[in-house]
Amino acid sequence: MSNMLKYEEKALKIVGTRPLRPDGVDKVTGRARFGADYNLPGQLIGKVLRSPHAHARIKSIDTSAALALPGVKAVVTRDDFAEMPDELAAVGELMINFRDVTRNMMAREKALYDGHPVAAVAATTDSVAQAALALIKVEYEVLPHVIDVVEAMQPGAPLLHENQYTQGVKPRPERASNVAKRLEFGRGDVAAGFAAADVIVEREFNTKPVHQGYIEPQACLASYSADGQAELWTSTQGHFVFRAQCAKVLQMEVSKIRVTPTEIGGGFGGKNNIYNEALAIALSRKSNHPVKMVMTREEVFRGTGPTPGANVKVKLGATRDGKITAAEAELNFQAGAFPGSPVNQASMCAFTRYDLENVRVVGNDVTVNRPKVAAYRAPGAPIAVFGVESVIDEMAKKLGLDPIEFRLKNAAREGTQTYYGPKFGAIGYIQTLEAARAHPHYSAPLAPNQGRGVATGFWFNIGNETTCSLNLQEDGSLTLNLGTIDVAGGSRASMAMMVAEELGIAYERVRPTVGDTSTLGFNFLTAGSRSTFASGMACVIASRQVIEKLRQRVAKIREVPLEAVAWKDGQARPVDGGVAQFAPMSLTEVARMAGKTGGTIAGHAEINAQGAGPGFGAHIVDVEVDRQTGSVKILRYTVVQDVGKAIHPAYVEGQMQGGAAQGIGWALNEEYVYGDDGVLQNPGFLDYRIPVASDLPRIDTVIVEVPNPNHPYGVRGCGEVPIIAPMAAIANAIENATGLRLCEQPFSPPRVLKALDQAAAAKG
Amino acid sequence: MRYEVPKTLEAAIALLAGANGRGRVLAGGTDLLIQLRSGRAEPELLVDVKAIAEMRAVEAAAGGYRVGAAVTCMELIENEAFARAWPGIVDGVKYIGSIQVKGRATMGGNLCNASPAADSVPALIAAGAVACIAGPQGRREQPVEAFVTGPGKTTLAKGELVVSFLLPRRAPRSGDAYLRFTPRTEMDIAVVGAAVNLTLDDKGVCGSARVSLGAVAARALLVPEAAAALIGTRVDAVALARLAAAASAACKPIDDKRGTKEYRIKVAGVMAERAAVIALERAGRQI
Amino acid sequence: MSRNHVSTTVNGDRVEFLCETGQTLLEALRDELRLTGTKEGCGTGDCGACSVMVDGRLVCSCLMLAVEAEGKAIETVEGMADGDTLHPLQRKFIEHAALQCGICTPGILIAARALLARNPDPTEAEVRFWLAGNLCRCTGYHKIVDAVLDAAREMRGG
Repeated sequence: MSNMLKYEEKALKIVGTRPLRPDGVDKVTGRARFGADYNLPGQLIGKVLRSPHAHARIKSIDTSAALALPGVKAVVTRDDFAEMPDELAAVGELMINFRDVTRNMMAREKALYDGHPVAAVAATTDSVAQAALALIKVEYEVLPHVIDVVEAMQPGAPLLHENQYTQGVKPRPERASNVAKRLEFGRGDVAAGFAAADVIVEREFNTKPVHQGYIEPQACLASYSADGQAELWTSTQGHFVFRAQCAKVLQMEVSKIRVTPTEIGGGFGGKNNIYNEALAIALSRKSNHPVKMVMTREEVFRGTGPTPGANVKVKLGATRDGKITAAEAELNFQAGAFPGSPVNQASMCAFTRYDLENVRVVGNDVTVNRPKVAAYRAPGAPIAVFGVESVIDEMAKKLGLDPIEFRLKNAAREGTQTYYGPKFGAIGYIQTLEAARAHPHYSAPLAPNQGRGVATGFWFNIGNETTCSLNLQEDGSLTLNLGTIDVAGGSRASMAMMVAEELGIAYERVRPTVGDTSTLGFNFLTAGSRSTFASGMACVIASRQVIEKLRQRVAKIREVPLEAVAWKDGQARPVDGGVAQFAPMSLTEVARMAGKTGGTIAGHAEINAQGAGPGFGAHIVDVEVDRQTGSVKILRYTVVQDVGKAIHPAYVEGQMQGGAAQGIGWALNEEYVYGDDGVLQNPGFLDYRIPVASDLPRIDTVIVEVPNPNHPYGVRGCGEVPIIAPMAAIANAIENATGLRLCEQPFSPPRVLKALDQAAAAKG
Repeated sequence: MRYEVPKTLEAAIALLAGANGRGRVLAGGTDLLIQLRSGRAEPELLVDVKAIAEMRAVEAAAGGYRVGAAVTCMELIENEAFARAWPGIVDGVKYIGSIQVKGRATMGGNLCNASPAADSVPALIAAGAVACIAGPQGRREQPVEAFVTGPGKTTLAKGELVVSFLLPRRAPRSGDAYLRFTPRTEMDIAVVGAAVNLTLDDKGVCGSARVSLGAVAARALLVPEAAAALIGTRVDAVALARLAAAASAACKPIDDKRGTKEYRIKVAGVMAERAAVIALERAGRQI
Repeated sequence: MSRNHVSTTVNGDRVEFLCETGQTLLEALRDELRLTGTKEGCGTGDCGACSVMVDGRLVCSCLMLAVEAEGKAIETVEGMADGDTLHPLQRKFIEHAALQCGICTPGILIAARALLARNPDPTEAEVRFWLAGNLCRCTGYHKIVDAVLDAAREMRGG
């Protein structure tokens, strides 16, 4: 049987409506338990000692005074963790080098960033643990550091890893380098393309690292039992991936770790990797007590992955009639202390909205003395697209074309060959652009010092390994056990809606939960905008299995052939014009008889969901620039996005609004500020400035639905696309308001004022 | 670390003096708790002054006002009579953190923490406020502009604390205003702060003025040259431009993660001008 | 080290606990009283996730010492519903999808209730400025504002 179910257009009763989410009451009453809300009797508090240096060799670590402090029950350092081989290993679909995972979790030879963990303690109270950290003596040999990506790429720059030779370069380089990998995508002949162009635009852009900014710091609770089994409660986007990572670095069998995912207070990609989890298990093993570890906000900034900062060069050529003839980009991404920035994805996304014959994208993954980067909502794409959509806009202006018109002339469509591999199936980019153009926002009047910008985004969206189980209970209610974490509250509701739609019953009869790792097989992370698509697919498969079994039971109970039994509107009924008649049976009636007729009726799915549908978005933003202070105010914001099918429109809108808000913060104020000493200066929400309620206007949303042919309800996924366009859209709006083309992110008031003053000086 | 809640000022002074410099006053705690958590402050004794009646009162005094140093920002904002007399001081207080922070923070704490960017200080200086201080040697008074000597440093001797602020009688046709520049609309530390307090005569000519700038030097500045640009004028565009220039000229700012020198110098003039316009409008409302 | 004994009232119930002088009210609520509805997002008063009411005042519990709670009346999110009858704000937040991950929600509910107690008919701008001390990273605040305004309307009898 083919795993994948194709799209079927049909009348829907529940999918597309807005029922209340199942976990809502717990979250508004404080009853819901997030990572830091779990406690076990006898638990200890774990704390981490972090390097104060950006780059240093760790010569020795003396923990004796800390261990001797009353109340301290265990201390771990690099000596407590096995060396991991330098090789890529699969964690589900993800390839990870565990050599790096273990080192990021606890430094071995070197401290590679301000905040790098060097030791950890478990003690009876928080204050004893803090006192213990102060007693650990670490001997550092401070080394020169490098945090700028362009500087790090130069020969002679301080080297983070002596054995890192740039991959993707032939012949293999003789000298080690901070450039971990070079990659290239392309097709056609860009030189010829540029030669054929009437107009060429070339620009260089620089961006700073920004943090996902989830309001809940990482938190976990580990309990190791003397028989070698561990229980772990943690706030995570992927409990199976965390189990795999912990098992590997601790050299434990995967089934001996049971990970219970807590409610998660935001992730956005930042909770895809372990930080304290294996440390907590190790401390629990050593101390024979449960160990709870909760990060402070400062630790979150110093020790967990932001998204890369980058240097981006874009060149575009077009003919007078508005056809792009060549597109080229160079993306130099900071990976942080270990390789693995999303320069790969960024390279694939940079120009993919357009149907291009001649494209070349070169990407460099560069290690620098900063925290290892982690995914952040469409990883890498906002950075590349900031550059590309700014240049697209500049080209449109030079050609005298409306910005949306220029994009439509070159738009990717069904059948477009991408430059990174696949050919597009049915996609909704053109429909999204047209919906944006038709929106009243696009033609509303503007006052002086105000400007309007447009930009678009694309994300692949993914599927991957997914499992679920659906059990019909004896009273006709159903429990749906999901393996995919519900980060934003929409997915438990959406899965229950799809099951209810399939079975033809009330939504309230389906009770969804996210099970711990012992209850299901491997599930990939909630990332890649995959959960409604992949978990939805699994739920539909499981539902159809249940229906199949219900039909079989009814055939048995009513003593009719199976082909005479149809399932419709929550009941088994005779097929119209079928071979036999019988009295219909409701789901509840069949459920009550399940035990006597063969046992519990259940369905389950273990799939690797394929056929995820690419998503496209178009954003329109109006800004007002205060010419005396450089302050940029967002006046109006509209997000238009093709999601395939909005299972629960309110949560789809929420994704669009939330992603846009993060993109606005990225554009205007967010950035990591480092001193010359390589130490992070703003590890807190005071000086790392995410948007507050009074910074933002209403964010209007338009849901476009061009069904994904590879999902029974047409779902594409929606979570990542909305963060991609805001930076470019706002840069384009500022240009429209002031004539200034800003290429350095963030567009903070001092930068804007300086650009305004320089422009005025140049004129006068 | 001990925690004490004295009921009288004398008891508080005795506790502080007894701690020999290792005691800290706890009013709102919105700066102190952060310093305790980061290890920047490690006192042996916390003296909670919120039970001392005279530090918590807002009352008329000598034709003006006496505001207890431990009155919270929200209490001051909600005091309609005070807000009518000194809207500029209330402007400053309104900018301190969030509603939550304002529910605890106090002007006394804001002043004594001695951040160069403190939001309530410039308007207090422009108003001519006087800090009333008490300690083992008795009571003394000091104009607010002389109280802070540098970042984190005040003229308080061991055992002394600020008890209240004295605001002078308000002349008719007076208005004050405080504006600051921050990258976000709320929740930031001021990059630049400017306070203007002025009084018009019965012909609408500015008879007296005081201008104070925050976040542009090691401490909040009283800028007589800026005030001079307004005195004797109708606070028209020419006067405002001179005010802006004088404000910019008085800045001695630093580069830090919140702003550059050149940015602060430029925007100080802009904020001073805009604050003066609001102060003028408030003064004129009373004609 | 000997700990301080604190007697206080939380959500109308008289409670007692022991704490170190340096412990915050937030830590006491969560770790001593096991009332984990109030959250820590930053520990420095910049995010509002720890918002509670103290003697009718909206404050950040991470910026108050536990010892300062002596004799006070504290209100947390756990006391917001009346038995199993949700407060209109709680209901409206669910109806409007004004929460996604939900970590900021307790703090925002407490803050919004404090706003409506003081100003039953706020404008959108007033709501946004009052809630500026409560960070949300998931929603962009749009549906939160809608939920607060709708709850206000219902509470006014509209």
